[in-house]
Amino acid sequence: MNKQIPSIKEAILKAGIKDGMTISFHHHLRNGDYVLNNVVDEISKLGIKDIKLAASAIFPVHGQIVDRIMDGTISGIDTNYMSGPVAEAVSSGLLKEVAVFRTHGGRPRAILERSLIIDVAFIAAPSSDCMGNINGVRGKSACGSLGYAFPDATMAKKVVIVTDNMVEYPNYPISIDETNVDYVVAVDSIGDPSGIVSGTTSVTRDPVAHVIARKTADVIEASGLLKEGISFQTGAGGASLATAYYLREKMRSKGIKGSFGMGGITGFYVEMLEEGLLENLIDVQCFDLEAVESIRNNPKHLEVSSSFYANPSAKSCAVNKLDVVVLGATEVDVNFNVNVLTDSNGNIMGGSGGHSDTAAGAKLTIVVANLLRSRLPIVVEEVIAKVTPGETVDVVVTDKGVAVNPKRQDLIDLFNKAGIKVVDIKELKNLAESISGKPRKIKLTEQIVAKVEYRDGEIIDYVYKPE
Amino acid sequence: MQLKQEWKQQLVDTERTCNYMRKTMLFVPGNNPAMVQNAGILGASTIIFDLEDAVAQDEKDAARNLLKNALETIEVVNCQRTVRINSLDTPYWENDILDLASSGVDGFVVPKIEKAADIERVDELLEKVLPGNEIYLIPLIESALGVENVFEILKASKKIVAVFFGGEDYTANIGSLRTKEGKEIFYARNKIVNAAAACNVEAIDTPFTDVNDLKGLEQDVITAKSLGFSGKSAISPNHCSIIQNGFYPTDKEISYAKDVIEVAEKASVEGKGVISLYGKMIDKPIVLRAIKVLKSVGMECDFTYE
Repeated sequence: MNKQIPSIKEAILKAGIKDGMTISFHHHLRNGDYVLNNVVDEISKLGIKDIKLAASAIFPVHGQIVDRIMDGTISGIDTNYMSGPVAEAVSSGLLKEVAVFRTHGGRPRAILERSLIIDVAFIAAPSSDCMGNINGVRGKSACGSLGYAFPDATMAKKVVIVTDNMVEYPNYPISIDETNVDYVVAVDSIGDPSGIVSGTTSVTRDPVAHVIARKTADVIEASGLLKEGISFQTGAGGASLATAYYLREKMRSKGIKGSFGMGGITGFYVEMLEEGLLENLIDVQCFDLEAVESIRNNPKHLEVSSSFYANPSAKSCAVNKLDVVVLGATEVDVNFNVNVLTDSNGNIMGGSGGHSDTAAGAKLTIVVANLLRSRLPIVVEEVIAKVTPGETVDVVVTDKGVAVNPKRQDLIDLFNKAGIKVVDIKELKNLAESISGKPRKIKLTEQIVAKVEYRDGEIIDYVYKPE
Repeated sequence: MQLKQEWKQQLVDTERTCNYMRKTMLFVPGNNPAMVQNAGILGASTIIFDLEDAVAQDEKDAARNLLKNALETIEVVNCQRTVRINSLDTPYWENDILDLASSGVDGFVVPKIEKAADIERVDELLEKVLPGNEIYLIPLIESALGVENVFEILKASKKIVAVFFGGEDYTANIGSLRTKEGKEIFYARNKIVNAAAACNVEAIDTPFTDVNDLKGLEQDVITAKSLGFSGKSAISPNHCSIIQNGFYPTDKEISYAKDVIEVAEKASVEGKGVISLYGKMIDKPIVLRAIKVLKSVGMECDFTYE
């Protein structure tokens, strides 16, 4: 049996892509990805229309597909995160259908439950053999974990591997195996390494982020969860990663060893693993070269699927084992609802990713944000897009105060005991407005450009085109 | 009884210096709205909004205006707000004081002070602009002449609560090279600390200028504290916590100070003149030092004599 196909064009023809079908991509090559652009280009050249793009995330590098939205090649988008020109195009109402925003756990749920049916999955692979056994840890385009591609490989009607590093059979280690693979295409390059992973993810030097991070670490300590076996997840930048820095200081000084760190993995977490401060890393995506190196060499650094990570319909998933998650926000409202999807003007610039999933799963969910960014309050009366429901958020830490969800009276008591001043979240909003003035409400049109699907499949909000 | 009276007098005198608000004095550019807005949360005990070196000549007015509005509207907690005005040899310093005296500013840091007459000019203008004000002055000593005259300078105004040593300009002035070890500023540091103690004001050390060398900063704080400085300035917010912790008394120092006050109180009640603790004689300087330590960490010290 020969699965090898000489070109993407022939793979498209072989897979039988027709008008109205759904094609999928993972986002492990992040802002260095060539595969999505190249596949959509070939589809367009073949005159195929009305394609639904089910990409786990879309980045600025994918800007050229705006033209394919305009010419009708792409009519729908189903994703967990979107930034750059495609996000701008969707915000402007250029996409024919309403875009769907899911979570990192909601996407595998939808795929495995067949509510998101993928006709053809194109899986970029940093290494593959002729039968389609692939991994992400070897080759010039190494990206580490291939976690987001697992459900696509399992459920898509046709699976096409696209690789720039063809190796002898059998490839090793095997992340996704040949049993689900239909075709293998070798290309010159699947991506630009500098856009795939950054060099080193360093902790921010922004002093305000450090103020927030120190406070957040104090909050975690006061919660009682900073003890032997702690598990946590933070973001890969800003105050969120800086919190991990201060947590590490506390763990070192108290001699505490944690169980696992999870999420998008950076060199910082690798250091903690190697220092013995964490027993394991649960890695659905690598953010830098250190993380890629570690997942290749260290058996304690685990590659897991997005379903394992966060699928709420799975028999169990890892977010439920999290003690603490520290998350960012573009806006938080007085009911603790969080927006990570639009900016303060209502333009799409992100998406949940694992935000809602980890917030729902962790014992302690902390949202960190500057009280003001530029001249705008970040704690507001009502978020423009509700992405993570306030019921799942326990604490909001800003540079100018800490607010606790009233339903977590237990935390309020603990914080009071530890001398951490807790303020009503409405006070934070008022404080922000006392500094910046009350901003004029932004004007949105009636046109729905995207819907926000919660991890369990419920539509919890709509995104409107700004005026 | 005579002895007790004397102690009480000393207590009142030390009030001004005991209130250690100035462990960390953080420079914040006076022309950067985002930093000005966030200055109060960066962990410094005192902010120095800078109108001098951080602000270009053609931006002096704008920065002054920004600071005036910020000082009038933005509240801060547990943090004092000072402004470094322009030096007396510029056409800006008088307007700096005229515009900012009523803004709610806690004090002015005055650069390039070399003789008593310099600080007298500032004191006079400030008193003229806002008679009876409680705005304090901190002279910045940053030249060989300033160092030689520091005692006279500190005696020249009742508004002075602290003296601030600027090591960079000083080193350039004496024709030496500034190093991290700081041998070249050893004499100036000693002289300034001594004059400050003689005049009962705080001594604030020069900033550590390598933003990224936190280990070096830690060492420099230890040096400054051991020489007698009560605080240190910072040019980076990331230096604040190290300075603040460095000048904060250790747990051992605090608990010893509490013990000293306890036995001193007991002796006072019993009318004893000579007291001892852990086999060592506790005399006046030790009690005063204990009071200083406790006040510096914000503890109420109710040690009084009738």
